[in-house]
Amino acid sequence: MQEITTTRTNPYIDPVLHIWHGEIPLYLFLGGVVAGIMILTGSWFLLRPTTERSRALSLLPWASPVLLSVGMIFLWLDLEHPFNAWRFYLTLKFGSPMSWGAWILLLIYPASMLLAWAGSPAEVRQAWLGRLAKVPKLDRLSDWASENVKPLALANVVLGAALGIYTGVLLGTMAARPLWNSAILGPLFLVSGLSTGAAFLLLYRLADQERITLSKIDMGFIAVELLLIALWLIGLASGGAAARAAVAQFFGGPYTAAFWTLVIALGLVTPLIAEVIEHRHKVVPGRVTAVLVLIGGFALRWIVVFAGQHSGWVSELTQR
Amino acid sequence: MSDKSYAMVLDTRTCVGCSACVIGCKTENAVARSYARDWVFTETTGTYPNLHMTIRSERCNHCEDAPCVAVCPTGSSHYGPGGTVQVNQDKCSGCKACIAACPYGARFIDPNVGAIDKCTFCVHRIEHGVPTTSCQEVCPTQSIYFGDLNDPNSEVSQLLATREHYTLLPGAGTKPKHFYLK
Ligand code: SF4
Ligand code: SF4
Repeated sequence: MQEITTTRTNPYIDPVLHIWHGEIPLYLFLGGVVAGIMILTGSWFLLRPTTERSRALSLLPWASPVLLSVGMIFLWLDLEHPFNAWRFYLTLKFGSPMSWGAWILLLIYPASMLLAWAGSPAEVRQAWLGRLAKVPKLDRLSDWASENVKPLALANVVLGAALGIYTGVLLGTMAARPLWNSAILGPLFLVSGLSTGAAFLLLYRLADQERITLSKIDMGFIAVELLLIALWLIGLASGGAAARAAVAQFFGGPYTAAFWTLVIALGLVTPLIAEVIEHRHKVVPGRVTAVLVLIGGFALRWIVVFAGQHSGWVSELTQR
Repeated sequence: MSDKSYAMVLDTRTCVGCSACVIGCKTENAVARSYARDWVFTETTGTYPNLHMTIRSERCNHCEDAPCVAVCPTGSSHYGPGGTVQVNQDKCSGCKACIAACPYGARFIDPNVGAIDKCTFCVHRIEHGVPTTSCQEVCPTQSIYFGDLNDPNSEVSQLLATREHYTLLPGAGTKPKHFYLK
């Protein structure tokens, strides 16, 4: 027999005391999508500088600052003391991913907006320059961006990768939460971000050739993602008691159904099969697979954040 | 900062789990309603009639290698007097990274302030000449000891030198400074 009673008030006993709620998985998901868009569009500029882009693809880099702002609003809403958020920018702590993440977010705005500007169709730029004629030096900035597309594209790739990895590392460095405490979470969130970023781009009216290219590389991302998830689960399942208790949430525990249906079956395996079939039969990929990938990516963040908070060392508190 | 190293020692042989420490702390520190900075843990093991009961009064361990301090993006969580772990509520953004990082569940958001609250080892008393923490003062079985580990003659150093003891979750690697006598 083993019976435990305690008078403590904390998340293990009282479910209202959750650490993070829905805002955080939402932010992590949007952050991943932005990372994907930045890396994909940045690489597009670097690798295919001369090929003509569809209007949609030329304008889509603007999605990065927009989606990031939505994500940051969620992040801000999660703070219990939102008006102290500026304090993130009074310090830079290397031991705290949340600290350097805050700085990465700040750098992303100029980099993504300048590249989006430089990549926008000429008539769009002209129209806006006309409308914003009162803003001083805007034409100078515009010229500068157009002359520096390459370094800007590179900055987008690098910052996008940093953003994608940091969202995973943020959770991965928490030794107190065995489900998160894995070095795989950084690359996993990065690849999932790339895949959901590609899926987001595919929602828009791209040229056929662009759709085919994106969906082709997405197959690679999904395959790598499945591999990383397998490694993550194997790592936990072969770890200590706390890690095994954490991963058991996916094998018979409360998150089993959601994880295997939403993340694995619907979000990864189905789109992968659909994409393979599309390419075999030379069909131009549609939007349904993209929607599934986005659902899967969101479910992954949601489940990892919530299941992770339920994992802890507490089961070992009694084992001395 | 002083060159002291504050630590707490709890005698599990004499602790009866009366929760006086919880109430004493709540009163001293005006802890938010329905929250507590310390708590009593009771575990019964064995098969009837051979039962064994362990009772511990627990709180923040003021870890020497505290993950809550490492993850704090604002510098609000920091090392204070005698190596204790303190929170500057004015700097806290309520991001809750430290709650996620603490393996012991010692932290919570004070709903009245929107900032982190947790045990302070009563440094506001200790640093101003009151020799005891509030939980220690009210403990009717005198099971709680507090003192300086760097002073070999202090009560806590003497107890740890002579009695068998353990810390909670040593595998979490945080080097707790809250010890339990067997
Ligand atoms: S017990 Fe938790 S809150 Fe206290 S110092 Fe250790 S990690 Fe930080
Ligand atoms: S909740 Fe406050 S004390 Fe905790 S990590 Fe965030 S800013 Fe620091």
